[in-house]
Amino acid sequence: MKLALKLAYKNLIRAGLKTWLNALALSFAFVLIIFYNGMIDGWNNEARQDAIAWEYGTGHLRNAAYDPMDPFTIQDGHGVLPEQYREHLTPILVWQGTLYPHGRMMPVLIKGIEPGQTTVKIPSGVLKNSTAGYPVLLGRKMAESAGLKEGDQVLLRWRDRNGTFDAVEVTVAGIFETNVPFVDGGQVWIALNTLRKMTGLTDEATFFIADENYTPTPVDGWTFVDQKMLLKPVTNLINAKKYGAAFMYLLLLAIGLLVIFDTQAFSIFRRQKEIGTHIAMGMTRGEVIRMFTVEGAMYSIFAIILGGIYGAPLFIYLAKNGISFPVSGDTMGIIIAPTIYSIYSTALIVKTFLLLVISATLVSLLATRKIAGMNPVEALKGKAL
Amino acid sequence: MNAFILLLISVLWTGLKFPDPNMILDRVDQNMLSTTKILEGRMIVYGKRNTRIITFRSYSEGIHKSFTEYLTPAREAGTKMLKLKDNLWIYSPAADRIIQLSGHMLKQSVMGSDMSYEDMMEDRKMKDVYDATVTGEETVDGRKCWILELNAKVEDVAYEKMKIWVDQLRYVPLREELYAKSGQLLKRVVMSDVKRFGDRWYPTKINYKDVLKNGKGTDFIITRLQLGVKIDEYIFTKAALKK
Repeated sequence: MKLALKLAYKNLIRAGLKTWLNALALSFAFVLIIFYNGMIDGWNNEARQDAIAWEYGTGHLRNAAYDPMDPFTIQDGHGVLPEQYREHLTPILVWQGTLYPHGRMMPVLIKGIEPGQTTVKIPSGVLKNSTAGYPVLLGRKMAESAGLKEGDQVLLRWRDRNGTFDAVEVTVAGIFETNVPFVDGGQVWIALNTLRKMTGLTDEATFFIADENYTPTPVDGWTFVDQKMLLKPVTNLINAKKYGAAFMYLLLLAIGLLVIFDTQAFSIFRRQKEIGTHIAMGMTRGEVIRMFTVEGAMYSIFAIILGGIYGAPLFIYLAKNGISFPVSGDTMGIIIAPTIYSIYSTALIVKTFLLLVISATLVSLLATRKIAGMNPVEALKGKAL
Repeated sequence: MNAFILLLISVLWTGLKFPDPNMILDRVDQNMLSTTKILEGRMIVYGKRNTRIITFRSYSEGIHKSFTEYLTPAREAGTKMLKLKDNLWIYSPAADRIIQLSGHMLKQSVMGSDMSYEDMMEDRKMKDVYDATVTGEETVDGRKCWILELNAKVEDVAYEKMKIWVDQLRYVPLREELYAKSGQLLKRVVMSDVKRFGDRWYPTKINYKDVLKNGKGTDFIITRLQLGVKIDEYIFTKAALKK
């Protein structure tokens, strides 16, 4: 094996520019795989952190009749949670209403939140400090789509628990910036007690957000959904993007591997006499195949070294400064920060390394299989193929 | 003492001057409600950029059963709606599916008009859900009207307060104002072009306006009205939606 490695190395170095061009083609795939996966991992990490900070906490204790994916359940999906189970939980009451900004009609979700809560990043403290009769908080996206700014008054209409219409002028007490569209678009945040009075749903909540000290306890009529389960759709969505885009870099990898295959196939044709000599000198066909396979595999090592030389500064830069996107994720309904900081884990680098080395080895092996059927005498004459 | 006498006189005077509000509501119901009704007409939806005209035919029996079929334009033709008490189904020919509307979907507007599906669901007699008082007189469209103020006496009513202007001679409501619990005016209904159908008077033009929204509201114009005619029971079944 040592001899195979030594010979392979010498042969490649001797080939000069041809070797480096092959390695360069393969290194593009190596750098792109790490770049793209690092960016996706960074996005995933930020999206999860943002979702936890703004919406999920360490989990949700939902009223059993409430399904956040089904607006039909809002009407009946609320209830009173017994006092003894409320520790480390922040109640949220969800209700449907209609906002009338500038004479337009906008169906909205009215969400009641405790002004003093600190479990999620919704700046609900603004509701406590406001002197307006009905202060509300809006996300930036919601404020933009409604054409509202801080201090504006707008009419909000809703139906109470008995179905009777009610309407008041609410004041935009604050507008918050978030990367999480699920707490922004089409939503109006209001003090929990105010919403309870408005709807007649005394002491009721639709779901509770758990903080890090919460210990799930079974409660009749309520279902606890842990953080992992809540984050599943976010992770699934991001992974779907990851697998979708894998096509692009696998194509690039295939081109790189094709180059190796071609080079190796041509190399065997050109080096028939050398192969014949090796066999004549006592090397088995297997040893010769191994030598050529190692040579092909070594292209991947060179590609990794080359990719590391020009890729590492780029990766370090992206990890430190991030990559900015001109389009905000909230317009697409996904959690995406304006700047994504790539994450390059050891697992990612090792996996990519193995992918490149193994695939290059296999491709090289495919190209060198012909040696097994070579007649050494014909090979010495250069007429074996 | 003087103040008390003055108050007593004013109460007595008001009582003598204005008729019993329940009698007015009864007469309105006698006029407007029929055992069965077949109505043809058009709905004019005034939008920001354009105006849409939708023609329809509607069948109703009492206050709990109604069936509406949209006839034109081609885009809406064949869409049917069935209301049986608290249930509302809609059939769309494009999807060839019957959908039951409930909760969130009831808040949506009917064919882009100012009327929501939940407005169509209100079908109780006013006298059953409101306490009425006559608060004055006013002339609307040249007709002398009683002004009735209605305050909800049950909890599960859509509008806590209503004001109705009722023609003093024909007992037809000419204007309605619907208020939120907070007193905010939400919707205004203006009825005009009152015509005689047998022994009843009926408005043939109704403008329904969500006052919180910009625009001119929606006009409902009745082109043909048949009262007390026999309607096949089959019409008020889900099977009729797909027919």
